[in-house]
Amino acid sequence: MKINTAKRHLREGTKNIIRNGWMTIAAVGAVTTTLILVAAFLMLILNLNQIADNIESDVEIRVYIDLNTSEDEIDELGEQIASIDQVSDHYFSSKDEELEMLIEDLGEEGEAYELFEQDNPLNHVYVISTEQAEDLSGVANRIDRMDHVDEVNYRSDVVDRLLEFNKYARYIGIIFITALLLTASFLISNTIRMTITARKDEIGIMRLVGAKNSFIRWPFFVEGMLTGVLGAFLPVVLVLGGYHFLYNSLSEQINFSFVELLPWNPFAWQLSLILLGIGALIGIWGSVMSVRKFLKI
Amino acid sequence: MIEMKSVYKVYDNGVTALDGVDLNIDQGEFVYVVGPSGAGKTSFIKMMYREEVPTKGKVYVNKVDVGNIKERNVPYLRRDIGVIFQDFKLLPKLTAYENVAFALEVIEENPRKIRRKVMDVLDRVGLKHKARFVPAQLSGGEQQRVAIARAIVNNPKLIIADEPTGNLDPDTSWEIMKIFDEVNASGTTLVMATHSKEIVNTIRKRVIAMEKGQIVRDEHRGEYGYED
Repeated sequence: MKINTAKRHLREGTKNIIRNGWMTIAAVGAVTTTLILVAAFLMLILNLNQIADNIESDVEIRVYIDLNTSEDEIDELGEQIASIDQVSDHYFSSKDEELEMLIEDLGEEGEAYELFEQDNPLNHVYVISTEQAEDLSGVANRIDRMDHVDEVNYRSDVVDRLLEFNKYARYIGIIFITALLLTASFLISNTIRMTITARKDEIGIMRLVGAKNSFIRWPFFVEGMLTGVLGAFLPVVLVLGGYHFLYNSLSEQINFSFVELLPWNPFAWQLSLILLGIGALIGIWGSVMSVRKFLKI
Repeated sequence: MIEMKSVYKVYDNGVTALDGVDLNIDQGEFVYVVGPSGAGKTSFIKMMYREEVPTKGKVYVNKVDVGNIKERNVPYLRRDIGVIFQDFKLLPKLTAYENVAFALEVIEENPRKIRRKVMDVLDRVGLKHKARFVPAQLSGGEQQRVAIARAIVNNPKLIIADEPTGNLDPDTSWEIMKIFDEVNASGTTLVMATHSKEIVNTIRKRVIAMEKGQIVRDEHRGEYGYED
């Protein structure tokens, strides 16, 4: 294709946006509506995902070591634990450190426990994290069968429920977004098809004066892409502004340390880029698919 | 220029539009195609620019076997043929200038040449001053002149016109015919289907009369030959 022809296609595609007036507005409106819904869902799902990830990474297994275990045996146990594939990290916490933490956690009440500093009744502990939360129970069971292990503890009830919730949230999210995108593509390709059906005669005339199919298709490609990008404009503004507001007001209300929303920068920008991309793709897809049927003879 | 060898056209609904047509048209000829409605004039004309392909027989335009060329080569065939219709077939959202320029953009002509050629040809059909008007702002005769400008801007060897004056009043029709005569005088072959007795009987050219899908009369400087 010559440069001048490429320029011509760009120019015609852009002009068609204006020439088609109401049809353009209808198509842009369809893209806008869908992308706003997609954006809302993506914000929700990705943040839930993020929260779940945070919680997952906070869950640890605590291995209480038998009171009368020698230092060598403790080291040996540590090596055994480290050799388990799913274990991503482990560290040793002596009974003195455990007591200090307990006192600290309990605040003023904890002062009472300071008496035990001379004769510490607590166990030495290995603290273990796994690659994935799903591995927790398996790893815990394995360690429980090892020698010199008094007790293995992880918050199994919380973790299991969380894992379940998380799984469903992801599945439902994926299903919703897929359904939404399919509906959107259908809606938009229909709208664009309407605008092109109205131009069926034009396509016929173009063929009559000897235009190749590709020559006819290119301006529609450009027009579809522009329609999609125009349609993404409002959703992008809403995401950038709306998420800023949401992030600020929600972050103040949720101050559990383990619940963190995705930060506005870069999340809002990334989401905006995704929306622009989806908009452009849907626009191109809709317009190229619909023009195709008029190009067969 | 155009050669047809026992051409038949039967549509899917069983209607026979062409029933064994043999014909030769030389380069530079001016040919009227006349006959009652439904005689097959339009099918006959559509064969030439490959809007239709023959069910049986061969159609050669410029020695190209039109019925057998590949779909993707059809655009190239059409670039050597200017086609003009009763209903003008202009792109409604483009100006007169843009409509004519389109035929040149299609062949990827240099933009500066496009500008010059389009203005020249609009001048030739007397519409230079209305270059920026869209079809809806032009009269029927003016729209047809834009369509003619579009058809001739590539200097095609063949112009095909299907009842080009069918929607125009007599005065305007004569203007159109005057342009056709000039185009033909410069060596372009012209095939024109028409119902106009006055035109055929005044500007005497070769007349091909069709009835029921067959050529029933073919005479140089012929008469229209029907009462209507």
